[in-house]
Amino acid sequence: MEIIAIILGGVLINNFVFMQYLGLCPFVGVSRQLETALGMSGAVVFVMTMASAVTAALEIYVLAPLGLGYLRTIAYILVIASFVQLVEIFMKKAAPGLYKALGIYLPLITTNCAVLGVTMLNVRRSYGILLSTLNGLAGALGWSLAIIIFAGIRERWRLMDIPKTLEGFPLALISTGLMSLAFLGFQNLFKAAFH
Amino acid sequence: MKRSVFYDFIKGFIEENPTFRLVIGMCPTLAVTTSVVNGFWMGLSVIFVLVFANVFVSLLRKVTPDEIRLPVFVILIATPVVIVELVMKAYLPAMYEILGIFVPLIVVNCIIIARAEAFAFKHPVLNSFADGLGIGSGFTANLILISAIREFLGTGQITVGSFRFPQAPLFEPAAVMLTPPGGFICLGLLMAILNVLLARRERKMKAQAV
Repeated sequence: MEIIAIILGGVLINNFVFMQYLGLCPFVGVSRQLETALGMSGAVVFVMTMASAVTAALEIYVLAPLGLGYLRTIAYILVIASFVQLVEIFMKKAAPGLYKALGIYLPLITTNCAVLGVTMLNVRRSYGILLSTLNGLAGALGWSLAIIIFAGIRERWRLMDIPKTLEGFPLALISTGLMSLAFLGFQNLFKAAFH
Repeated sequence: MKRSVFYDFIKGFIEENPTFRLVIGMCPTLAVTTSVVNGFWMGLSVIFVLVFANVFVSLLRKVTPDEIRLPVFVILIATPVVIVELVMKAYLPAMYEILGIFVPLIVVNCIIIARAEAFAFKHPVLNSFADGLGIGSGFTANLILISAIREFLGTGQITVGSFRFPQAPLFEPAAVMLTPPGGFICLGLLMAILNVLLARRERKMKAQAV
């Protein structure tokens, strides 16, 4: 039951972009084309799932027993940064095609606040390693869903006559607001189903 | 090249306003601006982190090798963030609860790493200090502006401690302004208004030039 709740919660109900304001910079920055949005989503799903697993293990086996909770922020960001670096080196050797496709998006993930955000949320909700990993995966899938839908919408703007003052970021934010309004509808739908 | 320290401070408000001109640091801008008090404390935390990080990045800029500058930045940023976290937890526990994960998330706020990379790494300490203070204050001003609008429309009044303005709500509050959709739309419209004002100023300057 909790597993279903985490998956549905991460993807739809507590969607990172629309409900928790996490990962907005890449969401607005990398959503101009569907293709790059897909590439970024792939990288984020991978990094966020792995980062959740690694930081949860770090928390349970190192930080908590040694009482180093105050080092959490520094430890996590270093884990994430080095993890991204590791993924980059590994992909360069093992999957050069994918590496090329992702290009600069890989290093950019370090500053995606959704990644650090999900690891912090895992600790606050004291999930174990398995549930943390699942939560990371669900959150990343939700983020991907959001950016892919949004990229589809943005591609259509090219054919439209947009007022000059709304071009770019203002319209991006207003569209995001309207999408988030739609996602607000999920909130009560599942509350009704689960309680 | 001698830059005016005062200019480095003042540019954060308009010319290089982080939210409206550079469009960075969006997550906290939207997440904490449901009330003026939250916006103020978040802004203050960011000012502290930004000044601390800028000063130390600038101090160490001559001895930091180019290749490992990003990890160095990250540590120099994470340190003040932990300080803010612990101080806030001890003295403002209620605010610490409200701001939640957005306090530790200051580490990945693009504003701070962008200033370290684009400014502090290339400029002397005093200028970097002014830059951090200026950009941070500009960011705080944005947070307070956005949260004032959202709180006023969303609850009908602005509450700071025991001070309320206006005393009783003048209209039926629109709670949607406090939800995520309201935040996105509010910021989008603010940016659009700013674009209109800028376009008008440009036209005026062009007319004067002719």
